[in-house]
Amino acid sequence: MRSGVFFEKYSEEMALRPYPLQRMRLGLFALAVVIFPFIASPYWLSLANQVAIATVGALGLNLLVGYTGQISLGQGAFLAIGAYGSGLLTLRMDLPFWLSIPIAGLITAAAGLIIGLPSLRLKGLYLAIATLAAQQIVEWVITHWTWLTGGTEALVIPSPKLFGFRLDRDFNFYWFGVATAALAALFVANLMRSRVGRSFVAIRDQDIAAGALGVNVFRTKLVAFATSSFLVGITGALIAHYRTIITWERFTLDTSITYLAMIIVGGLGTINGSFFGATLIVLLPALINSVGQSLQTTVPAAARILPFVQQGAFGLIIILFLVLEPEGLAKLWRNIKDQFKVWPFSY
Amino acid sequence: MPTNPVLSLDDVTLKFGGVTALDGISFDVRSGEIFAVIGPNGAGKTSLLNSISGLYRPQQGALTLHPTPQRSSGQGNAATRALELRRTAPHNIARAGVARSFQNIELFRHMSVLDNLMLGRHVHLTGGVLSCGLYWGPQRRAEIEHREVVEEIIDFLEIEALRHAQVGTLAYGLQKRVELARALALSPRLLLLDEPMAGMNAEEKEDMARFILDINEDRGITTVLSEHDMGVVMDLSDRIAVLDFGRLIAIGSPAEIGTDPAVINAYLGQAHTETAPPA
Repeated sequence: MRSGVFFEKYSEEMALRPYPLQRMRLGLFALAVVIFPFIASPYWLSLANQVAIATVGALGLNLLVGYTGQISLGQGAFLAIGAYGSGLLTLRMDLPFWLSIPIAGLITAAAGLIIGLPSLRLKGLYLAIATLAAQQIVEWVITHWTWLTGGTEALVIPSPKLFGFRLDRDFNFYWFGVATAALAALFVANLMRSRVGRSFVAIRDQDIAAGALGVNVFRTKLVAFATSSFLVGITGALIAHYRTIITWERFTLDTSITYLAMIIVGGLGTINGSFFGATLIVLLPALINSVGQSLQTTVPAAARILPFVQQGAFGLIIILFLVLEPEGLAKLWRNIKDQFKVWPFSY
Repeated sequence: MPTNPVLSLDDVTLKFGGVTALDGISFDVRSGEIFAVIGPNGAGKTSLLNSISGLYRPQQGALTLHPTPQRSSGQGNAATRALELRRTAPHNIARAGVARSFQNIELFRHMSVLDNLMLGRHVHLTGGVLSCGLYWGPQRRAEIEHREVVEEIIDFLEIEALRHAQVGTLAYGLQKRVELARALALSPRLLLLDEPMAGMNAEEKEDMARFILDINEDRGITTVLSEHDMGVVMDLSDRIAVLDFGRLIAIGSPAEIGTDPAVINAYLGQAHTETAPPA
């Protein structure tokens, strides 16, 4: 009987998934992801697409808030810049959407550099307030620069096509959304195990020491803002092309808070936590809804209070997480794995 | 012993409002020596180290990091021109080969020991967001190559068993050792240690003293340390500077310092001989 996994080379130990069990779990997960669209109803497919998109956004925000420790309330603004950027590029300049999405990401990264400037002097809640200002400014620009964005009117963009497939069907979009989310996760995972990612975490944990060890703190913070914004901009662009209708209401402060909730509930500074959090926050309203609807026949009063229950449940879950498992779903998942490591023995 | 200076301080004065933390300090740190800074609490030891590593900006004077004389070994931070530290950002001072530890451990608590040390290699690694995000080819090779350097330091400081432990969970004495390891990972030519023995028990102090001597002798790293434990300072140091209220009151070999009347008065204290009152 083998007693463990032993590595002979640093390259083996430094792999993303060094253990066979980890690779097996990932394989099973990938298999489930591939099978899912063939058995899921259109409703669940649409939810899965929203989860995939939100995962990219949560990864982006986690890079900034969870890993680098720079609190941002400007997520909605970055999503908006990505969505309008990509939408307008396809609408006005006839760019294909697979080209406009990365360009929108770059535009958002540039915006992130500017919005990140206050991080030179501000930390924590003070920085959060500065990003809140950015959020409000972007909202104002979108609703008032009517010549560019159509103002408060919805912006309708053509539905995306890839290799002749129309992606306005949930089944087709699914593959594109999941592939993007997987690439984003791989990118963040690689980033965090190498030079740049380490300097992000170093700044979060102890910025003075990071500086004294040769990390250019201000520059690294801006890099974190830009990289995070790039991912969030891509998320905004995905939302735009998935919905094919862009409205400013989708990108308010409310959205910023929702994304913060995702990464807190999922687990700050974790990659799987970004996915867990996105899944929970997307599915939660849908679950409450379906519970409410099944109650409607038996308890008609339930339908009337449903909207309030939804808001309340959302708040309750976040409070429960903060109290019971501040490290989020990612920690719960780790606990489960640790439990099975020695199973069936107690230790 | 070579006597060319690594670092020169000339009339360095640092003020916080009305408080003069450092008052016209001048001395040289010579290549290859262990240089200790001692003094009572509030004398300005940490202010001095912080000024050298660029965290404080003295209002007056010059702190000069001298260029490395041409050596055969390619490894390290071979600076070719003198650096005025008063006008250099902390990260560039680190880049020029000055590493440090802090009085109240300033490790990256949520990172593993390994990642803390890998961060110490930051200035020797290259690669931006794209290269790191792809982790392909040169970036991957560089990470593995520097892992080997880090492993050598882990070996040297005898922390093999801890490499995957999260730093925040380690005992105080071990954290001090990891912080020393992180500073060593930078392959510095000037190592600043701010009270490396503070809060340690006798055994841990002995280990730390052994490491400091080994670093100095085997690796030839010039070391500046501030310390309260007089026994340690007298045994380890080649030369000692004594600060009192921000002023340099004495500088010299341990033997000279031990008998200097000004030092005894300010810091070491007089052995009071109690004479019985005449009956």
